[in-house]
Amino acid sequence: MENSNAPNPAGVPSAPSTEPQIQKPAPVPAKAAPPIKKPKQDRPPEDDQGIWRISRRNFFSIAGWAAFFVFIATSTVGALRMMFPRILYEPPSAFKAGFPEDFIIGEVSEKYKDEFRVWIVRESEGFYALSAICTHLGCTPRWLASDNKFKCPCHGSGFRMSGINFEGPAPRPLERLKISMADDGELLIDRAIKFRFEDGDWVKPECYLKYS
Amino acid sequence: MLKLREKIQQSEVWKSIFRHNYQDTNRNRALQIVDNVFLHLHPIRISRHATNIGFTWGMGGITFLLFIVLTITGVILMFYYRPAAEYAYDDMKYLMNDVAFGPLIRNMHRWGAHAMVITVMLHMFRVFLTGSYKPPRQFNWVVGVILLVLTLLLSFTGYLLPWAQLAIWAVTVGTNMARATPLLGHEGPFGPQLGMRIDNDVRFVLLGGTQVGPPTLLRFYVGHCIFLPLIAAVFMAVHFWRIRKDGGISGPTTNGKD
Repeated sequence: MENSNAPNPAGVPSAPSTEPQIQKPAPVPAKAAPPIKKPKQDRPPEDDQGIWRISRRNFFSIAGWAAFFVFIATSTVGALRMMFPRILYEPPSAFKAGFPEDFIIGEVSEKYKDEFRVWIVRESEGFYALSAICTHLGCTPRWLASDNKFKCPCHGSGFRMSGINFEGPAPRPLERLKISMADDGELLIDRAIKFRFEDGDWVKPECYLKYS
Repeated sequence: MLKLREKIQQSEVWKSIFRHNYQDTNRNRALQIVDNVFLHLHPIRISRHATNIGFTWGMGGITFLLFIVLTITGVILMFYYRPAAEYAYDDMKYLMNDVAFGPLIRNMHRWGAHAMVITVMLHMFRVFLTGSYKPPRQFNWVVGVILLVLTLLLSFTGYLLPWAQLAIWAVTVGTNMARATPLLGHEGPFGPQLGMRIDNDVRFVLLGGTQVGPPTLLRFYVGHCIFLPLIAAVFMAVHFWRIRKDGGISGPTTNGKD
């Protein structure tokens, strides 16, 4: 109440004791300068560009919102990226499968099935590796030596020793995998490189290791 | 004795908890419902047909009851189950063979889960037969479909947790279908063109790897126990709210009566 004589923006003193002055000082600025349209509380001033008029206050407002949304976006990206693990504790795609002499001609070796889901078939002319993943829905078939076929326990798909499907719901033959001879003379199988019969891949040299 | 009872019922503690007595007036009955956090979801007044079991089958309510049963039994099971590949199967066996009342709780959870899928289906079937998906209830039908999907996802994620051969291979088969997801799967339409590989597509996120393994168990566990129930609870709140906002449980045409 002490500084009630100090002018305030509306030119209206706040103390009731100075009420008589209201009428007098009000017209004075109107004469001195062209009238300034004062914005009313319930209506934005004319030609106001709203938030896009960068005043100092708006600048901080915009900067604050920008920081907020950048934070939200970064957090979202981070949370999504976090769901993709960088390191997998899974067996490696390529592995060594022992020496050729360890395999018996005409037999399907299940030695590497549990760890790598691969069968190694030894023929008189050489080797091929079959992926032990059923082409129906991805179960692990079993090698039934007495029936001379692979049989999937999930839905009954059957495959010949070559990997060709002949019964059950499997739509295509088992996949063959890249097989080669490592420098130390062991078989080297890479499960990441697959050969599909229906794509004509089985004639490619990498899916069959000649050895006799 | 009566005096003591009266004294307790007149005490400030009692009156601060229980605002209304058993006075059988319409106003008091309404207040009893409205002033109770657990009952206020229930409408104060329902039309006569809403109590007709032959019309509603009560399937939505039974589904909700099963959800509560599954939440409680699930929390109890969490005291004995560790979602790590080394322990999960043994913990399940421990629950079934050595924990007192373990088989009861686990079977309540297991059979309750089966029952919930069935009751959700029957609820949907009833809503379809009675045309309760029609305006103004279209949006609640959509919410219901989302809840159906969440129920199936809860069922699917719970299936893996025993970590038995059946569980692992069932989830292997189930998630292999995700390979063929359009755009987001590495064997689906336009997937390879968008750069999807076995180690970056939607199935990879689901499994936490390229095959069903320990990370999958943990992901499914968190999804089953935290993420999916939380989402389902939010959608259930919307679902129940919208039943009332859309005019209560639907009933047969009354031609302006009742």
